[in-house]
Amino acid sequence: MHELSLVADLFTIIEQQANQAGAKKVTKVVVSVGELSGVVPELFRSAFQSYKKGTIADKARLQLKMVKIKFKCRSCDQEITARNIMDESFSYVCPACGSKEMELIAGRDLYLEKLEIET
Amino acid sequence: MEQKKKELLVLEDILGSNKKIAGQIRKKLDEHGILAVNLLSAPGSGKTSLLEKIGLELKDNYRLGVIEGDIETERDADRIRKIGLPAWQITTHGACHLEARMLAKIFDQIPADLNFLFIENVGNLVCPASFDLGEGLRFVLLSVPEGDDKPKKYPEAFITSQVLVLTKCDLLPYLPFDTDRVIKEALEINPHLKVFKTSATTGEGLDELCAFLEEELKLRLSQHA
Ligand SMILES: Nc1nc2c(ncn2[C@@H]2O[C@H](COP(=O)(O)OP(=O)(O)OP(=O)(O)O)[C@@H](O)[C@H]2O)c(=O)[nH]1
Ligand SMILES: [Mg+2]
Ligand SMILES: [Zn+2]
Repeated sequence: MHELSLVADLFTIIEQQANQAGAKKVTKVVVSVGELSGVVPELFRSAFQSYKKGTIADKARLQLKMVKIKFKCRSCDQEITARNIMDESFSYVCPACGSKEMELIAGRDLYLEKLEIET
Repeated sequence: MEQKKKELLVLEDILGSNKKIAGQIRKKLDEHGILAVNLLSAPGSGKTSLLEKIGLELKDNYRLGVIEGDIETERDADRIRKIGLPAWQITTHGACHLEARMLAKIFDQIPADLNFLFIENVGNLVCPASFDLGEGLRFVLLSVPEGDDKPKKYPEAFITSQVLVLTKCDLLPYLPFDTDRVIKEALEINPHLKVFKTSATTGEGLDELCAFLEEELKLRLSQHA
């Protein structure tokens, strides 16, 4: 429920990057959203639409790339992608060797991947 | 004039500014030998009540301080001051979680000679989990009346914590709450969680929890010495 404050931070990065590159306009914004980042895509989208007005990204399209939750076993290096962490059957035990030393390697992050700009 | 379109690869963490400030706070805390504990839970799970009890138990032998995060009011900070501990209230005015920059603003007021700094986050089992505050330990509290199905419904809070404190265990005889199920499911999503069963009303489990905190402080002091 804090998508608006995240979008505000996103725009700080967008404006800084766009200025650095001498952009006149930002036409597309690509954001990578981990499934465990706590971000609700619909809320992020609507926060983006209202925040962009009057900024350099006024007309920009937002593309959200969802990133699946992924674990790696510390004992045998097996990687598993969690289909749904809320699955009743889900557990952080390595299906290959039974180890409980599973490291979360993807799915928590939220980052600005790229911009499309006009110079 | 000709317009040129081009793609700009950025790869910048949107939570980066929070992480950076949290890192600075963590460094200062380590330098001062302060163990900070970030407490997460749904509204009303018993965070302040637990802190009142822990505070009373530890305050004769350690220097303690409490940061209270709430959307509005100084009520929780006042409760802590009543038991004779320094408390700093952060009111977020609507924000559903504490952020590192909110802590940074009041950090100068916090005495450098504290042993423990408890940070009670805004009552919310979802959003606070995404924001590092520079804490050394994160506690997630789950109270018996909330039900035994929570860990898998709110996984991030349980995954990012080191300690699970079951609270209001005095109510177990009256409610259908399967303690074994909660612990099993919590360990399935985070096998490293330490679990404590407590009650602020009867005092159950508080000695164990305080002993754990004392051990953790010792461990950190020896690591950063
Ligand atoms: N039976 C019982 N009630 C408790 C216990 N701990 C707290 N409570 C009650 O639960 C209610 C909420 O407790 P608080 O300590 O204010 O909870 P909190 O998590 O700090 O609440 P917020 O800061 O508003 O999110 C109060 O009415 C407490 O008296 C306990 O161990 N047993
Ligand atoms: Mg409270
Ligand atoms: Zn394995």
